Amino acid sequence: MNSPRTILLLLVALLVSCFGLAAHLQPQFEAWRGSRASGDIFNVVLGDSRRMFAQSFYVKADAYYHSGYYPTMFDDNAAFQTAHMAEDTGAVNSKNHGDEHGFLGPTRDWIDAFGRHFFPDHHTHLDEGGADDDLGGSDNVREILPWLKLSADLDPDNVQTYTVTAFWLRIRMHRVAEAEAVLHEGLRNCPDSYDILFELGRLYDESYHDTDRARNVWNLAIRKWLKLDPDSQKDNRLIFEQITTHLAKLEEDAGNLPDALNWYQAAQKVSAAPEALQAHIDAVQKKLRALIPVAPAKLY
Amino acid sequence: MKNIFAVAGIVIKELYRRKDFYVLFIVTILICLVMASVNIFNDAKIVRYLKEICLLLIWICSLVIAVTTTARQIPAERENRTLLPLLAKPLTRPQLLFGKFLGCWLACGLALLCFYVFFGALAATREHQWPLLDYFQAATLHWFMLGIVVAMVLLGSLVFAAPSSNNTICFVIIVGILFVGRHLDQVALTLREPLRTVVYSIYFVIPHLELFDVRDLVIHNWPLIPWLYFSLALLYALGYMAVFLAGACLVFRRKAVN
Repeated sequence: MNSPRTILLLLVALLVSCFGLAAHLQPQFEAWRGSRASGDIFNVVLGDSRRMFAQSFYVKADAYYHSGYYPTMFDDNAAFQTAHMAEDTGAVNSKNHGDEHGFLGPTRDWIDAFGRHFFPDHHTHLDEGGADDDLGGSDNVREILPWLKLSADLDPDNVQTYTVTAFWLRIRMHRVAEAEAVLHEGLRNCPDSYDILFELGRLYDESYHDTDRARNVWNLAIRKWLKLDPDSQKDNRLIFEQITTHLAKLEEDAGNLPDALNWYQAAQKVSAAPEALQAHIDAVQKKLRALIPVAPAKLY
Repeated sequence: MKNIFAVAGIVIKELYRRKDFYVLFIVTILICLVMASVNIFNDAKIVRYLKEICLLLIWICSLVIAVTTTARQIPAERENRTLLPLLAKPLTRPQLLFGKFLGCWLACGLALLCFYVFFGALAATREHQWPLLDYFQAATLHWFMLGIVVAMVLLGSLVFAAPSSNNTICFVIIVGILFVGRHLDQVALTLREPLRTVVYSIYFVIPHLELFDVRDLVIHNWPLIPWLYFSLALLYALGYMAVFLAGACLVFRRKAVN
């Protein structure tokens, strides 16, 4: 019974049964919805909790944007409800209110007063020079990128991570190709995102000066936005205003004044400050009137 | 003083004979080098995330070295039955304690020196600058914070029965202070009496170790801490070291050594 041949045969039998069982279970495991095997490393290790970590790293990026001057859970964070790095891209609804400079409030006691000399104590933004107040070093905004990249890897469905990353890559670091790659990756993960399409349009328009592609992408963004239900549309009016305003400007520059007028009017319908757009509408209408040939006056 | 330095010398020799420091140092180097090799949008100038990870590892490693090295000093002497022969020599109990404290503190200082030199070299490869005064302030404050920790753990090693329980309790206290120490007064405001007074009292009694954590200033290249406040922080640390060492002397005076 204990001969080496028997042991070898037993081992072979075990190996064959293991292989057979694995081959039988593998397709079922692949088809199982709870399987993590098809996901990336973060998905395998963290599961759905990765979204929580992704949010933490997104906030970390915003803390870097402030060079470490950032409220903790114990401080008044009313002025930090929306990440400032996202707010400064101009395409995000801000929920911030309150004093962003003085969230620490007046000093409470001598320990608090003394302690404030040992951590960042005033509000700055990296793109405005950061801790040095040196505008020449405003490309230091690159320092937020590792955390944004990590956040995007952990939660590929968060649209804002892609748009914010692409914006700063393009605007401050002049890395247009990388910004475009980020947006395309975002589109692969979130194909219905009008935010990413808007940012992609800006990239084509402002960096490549390719107005045709910008127009196509923005038109697609509008179509995606119009598919939203009315409540969602109400919550996302700012992005619609941004897309239509950019389209209007593009058409105005291209000389397509009727289209420009239509887009300005569409933007005005959802705008929080319609009077500001009225000036543009008046200007386009004036140009249009100038183009209409005036009938010659009767000579006799 | 001669006796104190003799005991301290033995503790320092123990640190470099043990493998703890080397393992932690090599792990720190490896993690940092792996993180440095990550390509982030083809930009080789991004450095702050690397500084943050490196400083975090330095803080964790230094706390592990400080707590575990200190916690085993007196219990090990007692277990090996070398405490009694040591005290039979012309060495008083306070001298033994001060020697152990000084040895552990200096050993932590040597470990920190290695860590901060590596940190400076790593940061310089990307930033191409050596803000030496910033690093000096950060390392000195860090070292004095470890002085408080060493004194506290030394007192703990005389109060608690085993080094493991001392290690655990001290780590919980240290991490608690580092995370919420600064905010205890805000927490107290949300509580009712008499809990409010209790929390307020804790806030004023505990050593505020978080004062010495100036990593954010180093990572984000903030200007130097005013030297007056820097010196006051060192005095604050020395005060707490004295309090803990005095407490340890009082406990050790009546402690049976056999």
